[in-house]
Amino acid sequence: MSTAFVGPLDAARGAGWQDPPPRKGFFTDTSLCIGCKACEVACKEWNHVPEDGLSMLGSSYDNTGGLGASTWRHVAFIEQRKPMRTVPMLNGGSGVGLTAAAAASGASDFRWLMSSDVCKHCTQAACLDVCPTGALMRTELGTVVVQDDICNGCGYCVPACPFGVIERRDGDAATVPNGGIAQKCTLCYDRIGDGMLPACAQACPTESIQFGDLDELRERAQRRVGSLHADGVSDARLYGENPNDGIGGAGAFFLLLDEPEVYGLPPDPVVTTRDLPAMWRGAALAGASLLAGAVASFIGQRQ
Amino acid sequence: MGTSFGRGGATTFQQDLQNSDCIVIQGSNMAECHPVGFQWVMEAKARGAKIIHVDPRFTRTSALADLHVPLRAGSDIVFLGAIINHILSTETYFREYVVSYTNAATLVGDDFKDVDELDGLFSGYDPQTGTYDSSSWGYLGVEEAPAVGGNRVRKRTSGDGRSGRGGQPLHEPGHALGGKGAQLEDSLVHRDETLQNPRCIFQILKRHYARYTPDLVQQVCGVAPDVFAQVCNAVTENSGRERTTAFVYSVGWTQHSVGVQYIRGAAIIQLLLGNMGRPGGGIMALRGHASIQGSTDIPTLFDLLPGYLPMPWAGGEKGLRGYLESISRPQQKGFWTAADAYMVSLLKSWFGETATQDNDFGFDWLPRISGDHGTYQTVMDMLDDKVEGYFLLGQNPAVGSSNGKLQRLGMAHLKWLVVRDFNMIESATFWKDGPEIASGELRTQDIATEVFFLPAAAHTEKDGSFTQTQRMLQWHDKAVDPPGDARSELHFFFELGRALRARVAASQQERDLALRNLTWDYPVTSAGEPDAEAVLREVNGSHLSGDKAGQMLSSFTEMKADGSTDGGCWIYTGVFTGGVNQSARRKPGSEQSWVAPEWGWSWPMNRRILYNRASADPAGKPWSERKAYVWWDEQKGRWTGHDVPDFAATKPPSYRPEPGVGGPEGLAGDDPFIMQSDGKGWLYAPSGLLDGPMPAHYEPVESPLRNPLYSQQSNPTRQIYPRQGNLSNPSPPDARSDVFPFVVTTYRLTEHHTAGGMSRWLPYLSELQPEFFCEVSPELARERGLTNGGWATIVSARTAIEARVLVTERIVPLRAGGRVIHQIGLPYHWGVGGAAVVSGDSANDLLGVSLDPNVHIQESKAATCDIQPGRRPHGPALLAFVEEYRRRANVTVDTGNLRVTPREPSS
Repeated sequence: MSTAFVGPLDAARGAGWQDPPPRKGFFTDTSLCIGCKACEVACKEWNHVPEDGLSMLGSSYDNTGGLGASTWRHVAFIEQRKPMRTVPMLNGGSGVGLTAAAAASGASDFRWLMSSDVCKHCTQAACLDVCPTGALMRTELGTVVVQDDICNGCGYCVPACPFGVIERRDGDAATVPNGGIAQKCTLCYDRIGDGMLPACAQACPTESIQFGDLDELRERAQRRVGSLHADGVSDARLYGENPNDGIGGAGAFFLLLDEPEVYGLPPDPVVTTRDLPAMWRGAALAGASLLAGAVASFIGQRQ
Repeated sequence: MGTSFGRGGATTFQQDLQNSDCIVIQGSNMAECHPVGFQWVMEAKARGAKIIHVDPRFTRTSALADLHVPLRAGSDIVFLGAIINHILSTETYFREYVVSYTNAATLVGDDFKDVDELDGLFSGYDPQTGTYDSSSWGYLGVEEAPAVGGNRVRKRTSGDGRSGRGGQPLHEPGHALGGKGAQLEDSLVHRDETLQNPRCIFQILKRHYARYTPDLVQQVCGVAPDVFAQVCNAVTENSGRERTTAFVYSVGWTQHSVGVQYIRGAAIIQLLLGNMGRPGGGIMALRGHASIQGSTDIPTLFDLLPGYLPMPWAGGEKGLRGYLESISRPQQKGFWTAADAYMVSLLKSWFGETATQDNDFGFDWLPRISGDHGTYQTVMDMLDDKVEGYFLLGQNPAVGSSNGKLQRLGMAHLKWLVVRDFNMIESATFWKDGPEIASGELRTQDIATEVFFLPAAAHTEKDGSFTQTQRMLQWHDKAVDPPGDARSELHFFFELGRALRARVAASQQERDLALRNLTWDYPVTSAGEPDAEAVLREVNGSHLSGDKAGQMLSSFTEMKADGSTDGGCWIYTGVFTGGVNQSARRKPGSEQSWVAPEWGWSWPMNRRILYNRASADPAGKPWSERKAYVWWDEQKGRWTGHDVPDFAATKPPSYRPEPGVGGPEGLAGDDPFIMQSDGKGWLYAPSGLLDGPMPAHYEPVESPLRNPLYSQQSNPTRQIYPRQGNLSNPSPPDARSDVFPFVVTTYRLTEHHTAGGMSRWLPYLSELQPEFFCEVSPELARERGLTNGGWATIVSARTAIEARVLVTERIVPLRAGGRVIHQIGLPYHWGVGGAAVVSGDSANDLLGVSLDPNVHIQESKAATCDIQPGRRPHGPALLAFVEEYRRRANVTVDTGNLRVTPREPSS
């Protein structure tokens, strides 16, 4: 159990929910992603997220760039000269495996990774910790949601997020929906409460985005990693699934095929409010010392 | 597909791909263009199947494949032919299947000469007309059916764009044979089931493909022998009794001047390996739009009537009887012998009571075609002021068709143009903001075309059906009202028909009889829309007289030629079985078998895998338990299994017809290709194709390489349009081909839809791919000074266009023909105009028009170009820039337009 300030690992119960339903989350298996971006579009359609810029980035097929106030799903495209498998899949008649053959053809030692990123819905969520208005809330399903009608746009949550996910949406509220206030993925709170899938998971044609009970997803993900390893894809690993990591485990975790940095993810994210209690303790101690000094000086004066 | 197997549709369904042990995706970018169907490829992969992607580019499909094989665009026949050679020379073909179910054993007449004997031409070539007389290709002792009135060979009145050059013969087949097998005089053929006779098709095939070696694959395709060997091994090891391999293709195969023969290549492989008609096997033709299969079934094509019945020709057949005899001969096998019932039912459905036996059911009222009236010919005719008006429905040719400038200049010749679309597409605005306005070639005040823009309702805003890529009809209900004045296509045509009929109501002219006698009485819903279900009922057909009068037909076998039934498209009969709209069925997959026969309805007869009789051995038993699908139940005396048997339900495997019996009764109990005139899958097409009985490699019209196989460089029967507005880049042996040294190919991205009418107006899609770009390898970028994110100018003899540069290792230079071949990729979604959210130069402006002779489809997947860093000249300077290239390359109207390559003196 981590410190009291950043909350317990049982997200919903820790937030005061009595007998909450099982915690919900995403398992995004990037080994199944075909980069179709249906998740990006479905998310925007359902949540009325506005268009986010019309310029080409020259970064493979990614013209979205990253998550932000008006991008709640982002598909990254990574081109790598690296074989997908360390063990050859096909054996050629000449006795040459895929990797060796690839050297001859100059192509198959190449891979194109695609990964749909999203808010991690951290167990220990700094955005929620720092929100002064209570606009950011922990739902009974263990997700982290901005309440648009409470958020005052102070922006404290923005630097608090260790992933750079939450942002204030540019623009005036009169012309831009929810302009000026903090925006991010809600894990489709308005859908999952009614037994529907989140829009992105519903649209995903290859089940790369899987939604469900977090415990079950974690087990499924472990099995998937095992089968990929058995298949020679030794780079496969999970990201954000470990409850003992710096954020208490993510409600939205991933199966990656390379180091997190390759996908633009922090390798060892830590809830940014982790050190606050210690800092407060330090501050309190300093204050007490000052006070004690002052008292002592008064006492000294009287003498 | 029609010529090889008998029907012009995908032979399987996408869900069945999960049963494949190996999937070869070639000429298709399935993950990007058919992402939803691609889940079944992923499912197969999860079950251990090998996924192979053969494509010039490493795409999102390649990213998920086990093996990506980059090849030179336009070289697929060599690749496929070398697989055929591998199968034959290593004897890895499925012998029992080949002998029983294909025409491998059939003998061909002595007159047939192969390309190797005639330096790249098959026997029967006429250099004057650029066409074949295919009579020498026929089976031994079986005459190709003489056409009625001796008119089987049609006059090609067009197709060569030069005026005054009419009178070239044009065979009828084309799209008609996309839909069905060719006719034979009768079913009597000579066979040698030992496959040893040198005139048998098996031996002819063996000789024909002997030169297609792994070395040739390296030389022509740029694929290394060890990589090619992996493909051969994967395909052959995953075929046979226990295992099946599927092929998947899309327009990467069809959009070539020899496109039909690409598909024939796959058909031969799948027949030799015994993969047709079996689960996890077959050839999955992926269609590019929601209802493109539907648009050939109930066609928007000029040379077809519904159900692949051919369009009648002017001065051709004499009357209905003559027309029917041109479709099938009574002595041939198969279900086309009942074409009289299909045609009469169609006429009854169109003309109702007025169609009687005495007036040939109104056959003479039908309009006739007099030549090629395809989309590209029509553009040429516009330029020659032969066309006054044009309807565009869901089509944006200013952006989506090859040689966009020709399209726009053609439309500027029209008197009127009707555009029905969601948005103000470039084809509706070219007269004020098209590229020719900028270059000064057109001036708005000079264009007399009156453009009528009519807003169209989307599929969510109207009832109707789609016929999707696996021949499945799926009904959709209106969810919301269309905005503003937007209306359905059905409403538009219903009202147009009413207006036209009112115009001719008092006419005594014979030409107006078809309109006057048309049944045009669809009920109208409260929203003022014609009832779409009433149309589908009419398409299904019903009994008109007798005990069952008024009842819907449940099968096309109930159709009669005496006028007692009607039906608007015989292959769709059954979609309203029992008076119930079967296409609206949505029983969840979890509540039925994996074949899911109660989801929608597939033609014909709700069959999901075609030719599935071949999933059992000649005795009717499954080839293996693992691949059991349809089999003969001896006890019950009928065929049974997971799907609707594609065979007469109670005909036993042992059935043998009397010699010479034609029609369905002429099919033996082991003739699984029931639409073919001999009941067999065709390794060799004795008739029905305009450019050869077997695929032979020809270079694309624009190619950097010389054809190494023979003197003949390109398809000698391709359709060409030599004119100033449609110049070609030179190709070898013309040395000036080095002015345009790079291969260019065009394609789609997941994020956009074709010419952009449905995506570039939507911010959520536009932001995902906002700008036109070209994909180049780092090597080419270095060679030409191109920088990632910068600009490039791409040039052909037609024009020059500019694109942002995406430098990517997904494009690799290939070593072919003794040199390095660079390929450039261009997505074709953008166009020049002011109305869309995003716009840009159009890739199709770069391409010329030359067509496959069978189906009139343009070669847009392989061409040549030059590329330079930086933006192109704008305004009139653009024209001078392109002219300088033409001068350097010595381009004239004749460049690339000699059908027969001059023979070089032998050294």
